[in-house]
Amino acid sequence: MHAQQSRTICRQLLNRLPTLATSAAKHSKIQANAAISQPSFETEVQSGASRPDPPVSADDLVELREVEFGYDARPVLTGIDMAIPRGKVVAIMGLSGSGKTTILRLIGGQVKPSGGTIIVDGQRIHELTHRELYALRRRMGMLFQFGALFTDYSVFENVAFPLREHTRLPEALIRDLVMMKLNAVGLRGAAGLKPEALSGGMARRVALARAIALDPMLIMYDEPFTGLDPISTGVIANLIRRLNDALGATSIVVTHDVEASFKIVDYVYFVSAGKVVAEGTPDLLSRSAEPFVQQFVRGETDGPVPFHYPAQTYADDLGLDRRT
Amino acid sequence: MIGALDRGFRHIGHMVVDGVWKLGVATRFSWFVVSRSGECVRRVQLLLNEIYFCGTLSLIIIIVSGLFVGLVLGLQGYETLKRYGSAEALGTLVALALVRELGPVVAALLFASRAGSAITAKIGIMKATEQLSAMELMAVDPFARVLSPIFWGGVISMPLLAAIFSAVGVFGGYLIGVVIIGVDSGAFWSQMQANVDLQEDILNGLIKSAVFGVAVTLIALFEGYDAPPTAEGVSYAVTRTVVTSALAVLALDFILTSFMFAGV
Repeated sequence: MHAQQSRTICRQLLNRLPTLATSAAKHSKIQANAAISQPSFETEVQSGASRPDPPVSADDLVELREVEFGYDARPVLTGIDMAIPRGKVVAIMGLSGSGKTTILRLIGGQVKPSGGTIIVDGQRIHELTHRELYALRRRMGMLFQFGALFTDYSVFENVAFPLREHTRLPEALIRDLVMMKLNAVGLRGAAGLKPEALSGGMARRVALARAIALDPMLIMYDEPFTGLDPISTGVIANLIRRLNDALGATSIVVTHDVEASFKIVDYVYFVSAGKVVAEGTPDLLSRSAEPFVQQFVRGETDGPVPFHYPAQTYADDLGLDRRT
Repeated sequence: MIGALDRGFRHIGHMVVDGVWKLGVATRFSWFVVSRSGECVRRVQLLLNEIYFCGTLSLIIIIVSGLFVGLVLGLQGYETLKRYGSAEALGTLVALALVRELGPVVAALLFASRAGSAITAKIGIMKATEQLSAMELMAVDPFARVLSPIFWGGVISMPLLAAIFSAVGVFGGYLIGVVIIGVDSGAFWSQMQANVDLQEDILNGLIKSAVFGVAVTLIALFEGYDAPPTAEGVSYAVTRTVVTSALAVLALDFILTSFMFAGV
């Protein structure tokens, strides 16, 4: 009885809501769509010093121009230029504390830049009113570093949360949509579990299902691979690529994980000392002669980023001069 | 000597500036909480959930404490009144003490310990685990969805808890005075009925408890929201909630009592 009612309501609403229908159809293909699309554009790797002005295009969903930001007196970003094309998966990489997560917070409108411009889907996000900002955020999804699942709610309730908050869909349809989202991340069977019963990888997959609940145009990932085993890392990486393509969305992945991210992203920005120091496709960056990129990609302990924190000389610290 | 004085003045200056700054932030925070109250009206279930969280879950401690306070009041009151030959006034003494002072104040202190600390811990952990940020990025205003319902849940629960505390306390006084010691039951109830005024005593007591509810819930919410996103930060915030709430309740009690019962 329930299934029949549900299907009837589903059919009625799918006829009325083309976006939902598209989403539903795409989701049914997700399992089969295992092939990961390859980067379709290439740009020469350029160092931050010689890089020309970034291209400004209607095809870019997100643009950052000369963005500056700081916490109190400490500057974090000192003139960031980025362009995130529609439909692509773009990685932002850099050292811890280099301001990568801050870039996501700026794009999401959670903090405002002290200088420069941030444009998301043609709107200057830092100039929007509260209502306009929230309207834009309904078309964004974000996966936080550790999932940020609501601990009072079950997996099902977590994924249903944005649907219940922003739509007036009947409960039967919400149930079906949640199951479709959970099926897309392979956790339909975990719908009844509470977040504390999930592993780190599962929690992130649930958070991913929640992030795509409203079929966003932009999905942001904050360190999605941190603390995961190799299998979970591979699963999350594949999901990022496949869901992006299936939903026709645009994805921004903030990560340190060169190996996992280079397999799935179309383009990479390297951020250091508050600026973009290098950018290009994964293939080009892998062959880059830029010292910072080489050190980062190869995981070398010393280089442009020194192993030692700045200090006085070792001999001074050991008091060798005084002894002799 | 001059250096030490200089440092002392600087320290005091910093403390004053920080205090004023925090007061400003807290006032702005309180305005956000109150101004986003519309969601509580549109979605009554959110409010009912928080009344359950703040009020119903505090019932056990309120009832047990109220009973013991009433028992002690009955014993102490009887011993004192007996000396003046007016043991029949025990009902009046117990009721006035509870309705005017002990009910609102002790219930508010217990509310701060039970519900206030739980509210701070809940909001602090939601912030530390980025649940509030996640809500914001899902275009759901955490002030409207989480903080405002908790605020109104606390404000509505507090007078009800104080009333229950007073009622159970009166019952405790009856148990000791009438059932165990043997004070006349008719005198106990009739004197109470004759001397306890609905507006002067009961209504003022309810107003007090509502004000305490506003203060304790806002302090608890602000401390949780303002807590550093670490285990230690949340732990300190919970402690600050209990201490600050207790001091605020006692200070407000003095101020309100001065206005309400002056010259009565």
